[in-house]
Amino acid sequence: MKKILRTSETHPLTWWLNEKKDVVWIQEYKKNGGYLAFEKALKTIKPVDIISIVKESGLKGRGGAGFPTGIKWSLMPQKSNFDVRYLLCNADEMEPGTYKDKFLMEKIPHQLIEGILISSLALNVSKSYIFLRCEYIQAEHILKKAIFEATKFGYIGNNVLKSGLNFEIVLHSGAGRYICGEETALISSLEGNRANPKYKPPFPAHVGAWGKPTCINNVETLSNIPSIILHGTKWYKNLSKSIDSGTKMMGFSGKVKNPGLWELPFGITAREILEDYAGGMNSGLNLKAWQPGGASTELLTFKHIDLPMNFSTIQHAGSRLGTALAMAIDDTVNIVSLVRNIEEFFSRESCGWCTPCRDGLPWIVSILKSLEMHQGHENDIDLLEELCCQLGPGRTFCAHAPGAVSPLKSAIKYFRSEFECGIRTTSIINI
Amino acid sequence: MLSKEEEIDILKSKNNYEDAQSSSIEALKIVQKNRGWVSKQAICEISKILKIPESNLEEVATFYSQIFRKPIGRNIIRYCDSVVCYMYGCEDIKSCLEDALNIAIGETTQDLRFTLLPICCLGNCDNAPTIMINDNIYSRLNVKRVVELLELYK
Ligand code: SF4
Ligand code: FES
Repeated sequence: MKKILRTSETHPLTWWLNEKKDVVWIQEYKKNGGYLAFEKALKTIKPVDIISIVKESGLKGRGGAGFPTGIKWSLMPQKSNFDVRYLLCNADEMEPGTYKDKFLMEKIPHQLIEGILISSLALNVSKSYIFLRCEYIQAEHILKKAIFEATKFGYIGNNVLKSGLNFEIVLHSGAGRYICGEETALISSLEGNRANPKYKPPFPAHVGAWGKPTCINNVETLSNIPSIILHGTKWYKNLSKSIDSGTKMMGFSGKVKNPGLWELPFGITAREILEDYAGGMNSGLNLKAWQPGGASTELLTFKHIDLPMNFSTIQHAGSRLGTALAMAIDDTVNIVSLVRNIEEFFSRESCGWCTPCRDGLPWIVSILKSLEMHQGHENDIDLLEELCCQLGPGRTFCAHAPGAVSPLKSAIKYFRSEFECGIRTTSIINI
Repeated sequence: MLSKEEEIDILKSKNNYEDAQSSSIEALKIVQKNRGWVSKQAICEISKILKIPESNLEEVATFYSQIFRKPIGRNIIRYCDSVVCYMYGCEDIKSCLEDALNIAIGETTQDLRFTLLPICCLGNCDNAPTIMINDNIYSRLNVKRVVELLELYK
């Protein structure tokens, strides 16, 4: 396995980690240059220029969709003197197979806080919310303490570092629903309602939380901001081995020797991560398929293992980079059963707003269950394919349903014979 | 009756948001933290404190998976049933828990010692399979260990 030498030059997100992998609290963070980026931004850079720097850096949203962060920021309307606007940090990590935001919050909480503060400066925001998943209890304790520390050191509160600006960060913990990760659903939930997504347009940048302009960024995205401000855009771009700038938290779980996550340059191949970092498959097992970035991404096969991990390449291969926390599926796993598990998850977590998603997903689960027990009907595979279409993009209110059927569609494409095996061949004789 | 402290905490949570409705989830959680679950009576009282309709609170309370509308056990076991834990045998862990406690998913043992619930990915996939008992996460479990763990919770 690769020995990793972490330096700020190569690992902007994780070089702070100490040897014992304890939480990096404010003293240690500051000792290594923490909050310098915030001070630099506050004292020497105009808000519009911060947005230009982030645009120039090429940073893309790390929540899964990969939308350019600088462009998202520039969609926020120009500030008029009295308008209130919000920054929401999406920390409602619940995508099965994904644990990067938890890691960043639990180990380097001040990096996120500093990222939020710099973003607040850029967007003229004085109040931001961290929408945290309620089951992340450890992260909640750590963030609370970190916010307290940052307030004590004068980075949060009134007249921050004598600038005349006020910053407030509220830690809001949810009540458990996967759909809260969707931007507009997150807003509904923050407003104290059921987390039903809202129709777009208007986009949150114009009409967001409580009807005010709102920007929503993922934990990992915001955690990238301090180092971009401190070291510049050229440096940031050069970290990557591909067209996407910077580094990304990536990893492998599943039956691999050393499951985990690492900060790696974009463009590293899935094979390199699997073999050099995750130590390869457990002995006796072979890689049959893999999901590049969470349960809602299409399955890929062994033939895709040398693909570089970046947004466009994975998309060309028919999947999505998603959260880049990949999962290895070994050859002992029955694909129909695996997909049944994934679809059960999506079915349970549907917000129920639209019929195809609310009723279609349980239907898919029941077909998959019967195939799993070799009780399937002749036309079940056609029916599944039909349902994949009916739940596909544009048919439902949000991306939950299309995301849910993505793994199923790809599973039928690559492993059709396993589905066919589930069809009952002998006719039952009624006595 | 909600206690004075609960009322103060609920009112305090209002300051974090633009309106009272937004603190509804926090209010439900404050009550649940003290009482284990949220009764009809509690909803009625929160509605008076926040001055929002009871139906708004009902709607939220029934939507989110971590708000409980029935009495629950002293200890809540949440076993992760998402895809990585699935590959590591979470279904065996689930059956083992059901057998050991003699209840099905979503139920509470008669002695009110345990409630058993599924949960989606706890972000501990590199240490699958995972369960959470109250606030504690347990990693790389096997069936034998699960039974031993139960002994720790009275
Ligand atoms: S697609 Fe599903 S999750 Fe999204 S709004 Fe419709 S019912 Fe809700
Ligand atoms: S799938 Fe169980 S912890 Fe992630």
